[in-house]
Amino acid sequence: MSHVIPYIAAIQEAIREEMERDDRVLYFGQNMATSPEDPFLKQFGPDRVRVTPISETAEIGIATGAAVAGYRPVVELYMAEFLLVATDQVVNEGTRFHFMSKGQVSVPMVMVAGYGFTAGWAGQHTGSIYGMFMGVPGLKVALPSTPADAKGLMTTAIRDDNPVLFFQNYLLLLDEGEVPDGEHAVPFGVADVKRAGSDLTLVATGYAVRTALGAAESLARRGVSVEVIDPRTIAPLDVDTILSSVARTGHLVLVDQATRHSSVAAVIAAEVAELGFSSLEAPISLVTALDSSIAYSKPVEEFVLPDEHKVVKAVEESLGLAPASA
Amino acid sequence: MAGGAAGDPGSGGGLDAAVAERLLETMWRIRAFEERLEPLKRSSMVLGLTHLSIGQEAVAAGVCTQLRDDEPVYSNHRANGHALAKGVDMGRLLAELMGRAEGCCRGLGGSMHVVDVAHGFLGATGVVGGNLPFAVGSALAGRLLGQDRPAVVFFGDGAAQTGIFAETLNLASLWQVPVVLVCENNGFAEFTPRSAHTRVERVSDLAAPFRVPAATVDGNDVAQVHAAFAHALALARAGSGPFLLECLTHRLSGHYVGDPGGYRAAVEDEAWRARDPIERLVRQAAAAGWFDAERSRAAEAAARDEVEAAVAFAASSPFPDLGLPAELTYAR
Ligand SMILES: Cc1ncc(C[n+]2csc(CCOP(=O)(O)OP(=O)(O)O)c2C)c(N)n1
Repeated sequence: MSHVIPYIAAIQEAIREEMERDDRVLYFGQNMATSPEDPFLKQFGPDRVRVTPISETAEIGIATGAAVAGYRPVVELYMAEFLLVATDQVVNEGTRFHFMSKGQVSVPMVMVAGYGFTAGWAGQHTGSIYGMFMGVPGLKVALPSTPADAKGLMTTAIRDDNPVLFFQNYLLLLDEGEVPDGEHAVPFGVADVKRAGSDLTLVATGYAVRTALGAAESLARRGVSVEVIDPRTIAPLDVDTILSSVARTGHLVLVDQATRHSSVAAVIAAEVAELGFSSLEAPISLVTALDSSIAYSKPVEEFVLPDEHKVVKAVEESLGLAPASA
Repeated sequence: MAGGAAGDPGSGGGLDAAVAERLLETMWRIRAFEERLEPLKRSSMVLGLTHLSIGQEAVAAGVCTQLRDDEPVYSNHRANGHALAKGVDMGRLLAELMGRAEGCCRGLGGSMHVVDVAHGFLGATGVVGGNLPFAVGSALAGRLLGQDRPAVVFFGDGAAQTGIFAETLNLASLWQVPVVLVCENNGFAEFTPRSAHTRVERVSDLAAPFRVPAATVDGNDVAQVHAAFAHALALARAGSGPFLLECLTHRLSGHYVGDPGGYRAAVEDEAWRARDPIERLVRQAAAAGWFDAERSRAAEAAARDEVEAAVAFAASSPFPDLGLPAELTYAR
């Protein structure tokens, strides 16, 4: 059995259920619990649900300290760019603690960050900056594309004994989808085949999954069978599922809203080039954002970002198809 | 035009008829512009996030009209008033907010990133506190160049809780840099009241431990803002260290256009409406014999005409060239 809820509600559902299950789960962030009617505040009280000032560095650092002491904080950071203010805390403090203490301490915490608000929010608010964090040892990075995965990955994130960066996409927040009833945990490091196909493998992350599925659908109408794989977590990254798909299709196109040189696509391309080279019948192709800041103006914003049309074009080139007549 | 009569020796920041009229006009231009912005945003002519400063106009006017073009102002996400008062052309500002090629940043920056170097408007930031130290650096550069060119940065009370604020205050004091930090304390950061963010009563209370002189004024009284800033500016131009000016005010609209506003039940909008900075100036002017309500209506009408001309200019401006990302990602 399942129920249909928006992506954002699925995330909230996971946090609520984990808070009910485990009273060591704390929840804090800016603008939270500002009214006594706030459902989390009402249910869990002001000790566990806290509003923070604009102090990202201390917010994440306090979460780390509480995590070391056995709590499981979830910190809501809103825009991913705001956590850049606290880069040391995200990258170089809690993430190192377990290893450098020879495992004496662990840091079970979740940082929730929104990305990709490509609706004229301009250079400082629209980036897809998850790629910057996937190479940080000790840090796990989740990037759900559907309500079900959003819930399942959040559940797993809260239960994980490591710092987890949970990236939610702002343009997906209101997208509805089926979420399994009852407890629902999606394991980290297990990719999901969002659409099966045999001619070409498309791997997409987060918001780009929607773009990839749109392209796959329009290609299907032309008789082209495209497989769409969503890694769901980019650290750890499930390379095996991608490799076995490429072994069947021989063609790989990577779709990612991040800038090309800071993209998950670039990392996957390297893995497949090294481990799956003999399967490839054509060069790997990357459809990413250009290596540029995102402009405020709509046409320039769109120009910089990947879209269905660009994906279809890359697929056509990989398979040597004639372009669809306009 | 950003040069100001109030900067003249002898005015001492006190208002006279000419200065008062200039402040009146500036406040009306901001008010009329932002009132027009709201429907433009709702009809998607204006993109992204639109943070209005309706109710806070006295701070922008009282500060920026006293500065020369070569005295830089840094702003935050709530930037329209600061930009207009500092001399940014209204048509180019609106074209920017509409993402057009003739915008002051060719549509690349948008509402949180307005920059107009010619008028000393060194821009806004969308990251709270992100540019506080820029103003210190600007003022330091002015000092190194041997110029009496202090810098100003606007920030909200929410920014005082960031780490960068303390770092900025300390360095500005340590190096005795001529910077004026202007806080618009409107009691809220997004949807959260100040009381939920800090136990510090006044932002100016944070200055003393760093040995930075500070003042708190009624930010809805443009005469008070003007006088206090004139004092701070005179010190800075004479080469003294930093000054923190806190202006107590209130934004009469949401954090951004379209914000759900539930949190505002707690807000005393009506009491603040009675302290509308424009109406207060008109009352003061009448009492002092500077001008009457008729003059205010004329200033309002002129401002609304200017806004309509700006809308026409911006709406007819083309969208930017798609070559800009390649051209402007790096300086050459
Ligand atoms: C580092 C950072 N954290 C959070 C935000 C989200 N945010 C945007 S405006 C704002 C409130 C700012 O309050 P204040 O500085 O008082 O200015 P006001 O909006 O009241 O003018 C917040 C928290 C941000 N832009 N940057």
